[in-house]
Amino acid sequence: MATDDGMAVPAADRKQRRTLSTMLRSQMRNIAPFLTLICLSGFFAAASPSFATLDNVGNILTQVSVTGIIAVGLTFVILCAEIDLSIAGIANVTGIAVAYFTQQESYVNIANIPMAGWAAILLALLLCALLGLVNAFGLTMIGIPSFIMTLAMMQIAAGISALLVRGQIAYKVPDLITTLGSSAIGGIPWIVIVAALMLLGGHLVLTYTRFGRYVYMVGGNREAAEYSGLNVNLILGSVMVISAVCAGIGGMLGVAHFGSAQQNEFDTYLLDSIAAVVVGGTSLFGGRGGIGNTIVGLFVLGVLNNGLDHVNIDSFLKILIRGLILLAALIINVYAQRLRARAAE
Amino acid sequence: MPLECSPTLELREITKAFGGVEALRGVDFALSAGEIHGLVGENGAGKSTLMKIIAGVHPEFSGTFMLDGRETRFRSARDARAAGIAMVHQELSVAPDLSVAENVFLGVQPTNQLGLVQWKRMAREAGEQLSRFGIDVDPTSRLGDLPIGMQQLIEIARVLSSGARIIILDEPTSALSPPEVERLFAALRRLRDEGTAIVFISHFIEDILRVSDTVTVFRNGRKVAESEAAATTKSALIEAMIGRGSEALEETYTDDIALPPPNDGPVVLKADGLTIARSVRDVSFEIRSGEVLGIYGFMGCGQLELARMLFGKLRPDRGTLAVAGDRKNFRSTAAARRSGIAFVPESRRSMLFHQEPVYKNISISILDRISSLFLKPSVERSIAAGQVEQLRIRPAAVELELGTLSGGNQQKVALAKWLSYPPRLLVLCEPTRGMDVGAKNDVINIIRDLRSKGLAIIVFSTEPETVLSLADRIIVLKRGAVVREFSNEAISKDRLLQAA
Repeated sequence: MATDDGMAVPAADRKQRRTLSTMLRSQMRNIAPFLTLICLSGFFAAASPSFATLDNVGNILTQVSVTGIIAVGLTFVILCAEIDLSIAGIANVTGIAVAYFTQQESYVNIANIPMAGWAAILLALLLCALLGLVNAFGLTMIGIPSFIMTLAMMQIAAGISALLVRGQIAYKVPDLITTLGSSAIGGIPWIVIVAALMLLGGHLVLTYTRFGRYVYMVGGNREAAEYSGLNVNLILGSVMVISAVCAGIGGMLGVAHFGSAQQNEFDTYLLDSIAAVVVGGTSLFGGRGGIGNTIVGLFVLGVLNNGLDHVNIDSFLKILIRGLILLAALIINVYAQRLRARAAE
Repeated sequence: MPLECSPTLELREITKAFGGVEALRGVDFALSAGEIHGLVGENGAGKSTLMKIIAGVHPEFSGTFMLDGRETRFRSARDARAAGIAMVHQELSVAPDLSVAENVFLGVQPTNQLGLVQWKRMAREAGEQLSRFGIDVDPTSRLGDLPIGMQQLIEIARVLSSGARIIILDEPTSALSPPEVERLFAALRRLRDEGTAIVFISHFIEDILRVSDTVTVFRNGRKVAESEAAATTKSALIEAMIGRGSEALEETYTDDIALPPPNDGPVVLKADGLTIARSVRDVSFEIRSGEVLGIYGFMGCGQLELARMLFGKLRPDRGTLAVAGDRKNFRSTAAARRSGIAFVPESRRSMLFHQEPVYKNISISILDRISSLFLKPSVERSIAAGQVEQLRIRPAAVELELGTLSGGNQQKVALAKWLSYPPRLLVLCEPTRGMDVGAKNDVINIIRDLRSKGLAIIVFSTEPETVLSLADRIIVLKRGAVVREFSNEAISKDRLLQAA
């Protein structure tokens, strides 16, 4: 043991010299998506004069808001090394439910229950929380892998949606939801403010609360979390409910944002949300990443979707290009992880 | 009845090193047709390494390898199988999701002209093969649904009926019940009489003596003794295994040490008739405050399961636990932690967060005591710094990522996370495994210090030195049941091994 102290000095010295490159490498996960974002923005700004305008930045923010709200909860789930494939389905059913409990025009033949706006919102929130609880129960109590459990829930949510609207389109939602989803204050759309607040809230919970720490630890090494006496099932169950409620809020505001509630309205949001979280650098194996990464991922996605509309290419080719750029971002993500692993050695 | 002929297999001057550490040093070994050759030695003595060389698992080694009088080199386990050598490894290597019959015919399923598997024929023949070993099981049932001992028997039966002429069994009896062991031995004797060469490795020396013709003893990578089974005894073999006046630096516990008289502190934990499937049978004990209880047994004796029951990770089929007199039925590890039980599993991988800094590893189990909703990182850091100081964890920096620490220091971190708010009962599995002498002594001192502060500590180990160096009282587990308790008496490694 005496030799330990003698050895400590040169070892620390060596550390010092290695610090910068090691730190850069270990931060690659966070740096790489950010570089991707800067490169994409630079490219579109050069390619199209209409891209880098204040108006268009506002457009991008508005366009990523619904994805952003849904991705908050998904970040929690992916940090725990689980997945939630039912987010789009739950967003859809919650949006439809809040319309279902609102008085519609006479030609829309659904429940048409004259109910106070707050009660409709509360019922819709209860519905999405309940579906999240079912996911949580299947995952923790029965032991169904989340991939399969939420795949089933995706279908169940679509089924409930279908039963509620029966192929029709409902336009009315409670006033509060209409305001938050489709109007602005001082030039800033409410939906952007809600998304920003939810992302901020998610970040605070993950970084500064005990629960947030548990999420990272369960994702980092589930067995060790259990042997440290954490209630792993409670934490996994909680993130499934958080994910469903975030999806539900995104669904309600999305319905107001789009102006209508109907079947299959949110289908593209499943892949977009997963892509935002993962492209941002949160590890699918859990324990690494966070809301900051998700925000960068959202912007990469937003800039990509928006920017492609500003440049003059075949609109059918755009779909393919979008896929290829996402693939490139994911490759960078995986490569960054390897660099990190090497830096740790 | 060994046939008088030249050996089927002859190894000379075999040396094998793993990363600079020599696992085998110039070992000679010969095996003849119609012989059962028993191998004994402590963990890490080199038995399994030698057998893996024979089975082609380790193709890199130095020395001469003669099969049927010709020098041979296997490049892989497949080569060895083609030459008629089959091995049952210590760890089960079955496909739990396949049926019993599919496992028996793994890789050699009977097929018809079209290359399609003949399921009915396969099931029928598997049933016939197994019943020859006295195994009565539906060949179409899923293997993973059967008890571990039955899975082990089926794996052994598969190898025994594979037609191999050299069969190696590494610890085949650890999960078997006495009648199953009898059936296995009958099958081994029959194969021997038909001319098969068999190597039988076991910690159970009685078993070795009963079934073997020849016994070889390994110690520290060397062959130290070889004799006819009929001409030796259990105590002679144990003596050869552990060595008198061993050259090792560490305490060898070959002489008697005195266990102290029973302590009269309050009972912290009482286990009554704990039973789980086939791994733990009717285990009862109690432990008092200020006492270290050692639980010793060979690999597969039920230790892992018993330890996990105490921490709520496994739930007993029968039996009860009481903490400080209150009956407990832990539904989760969190519940066990709340009743004041702390647990350190045998593998570092499964108790630490390698990507996180040291202080988060230390604070994880006490976060709910130092913070309610919001974290208090400064408190966490100062508590962690105190533990790092007290346990002499090096380097002494709480921000370092845990993965950068050495193994021994990581193990200390695993202990540290329970000590800031000392539990009532500390359950430690293999607390000093793989540590160097210095770290080992540190851990021993930490544990003694905790005992003097009134903690109750249970140490589970498969290494006799570990329990002998720590325990005030020792329970010996064998095939899931308590076979002996040492208390207030003199004990030595010989006697401990004799009991197991």
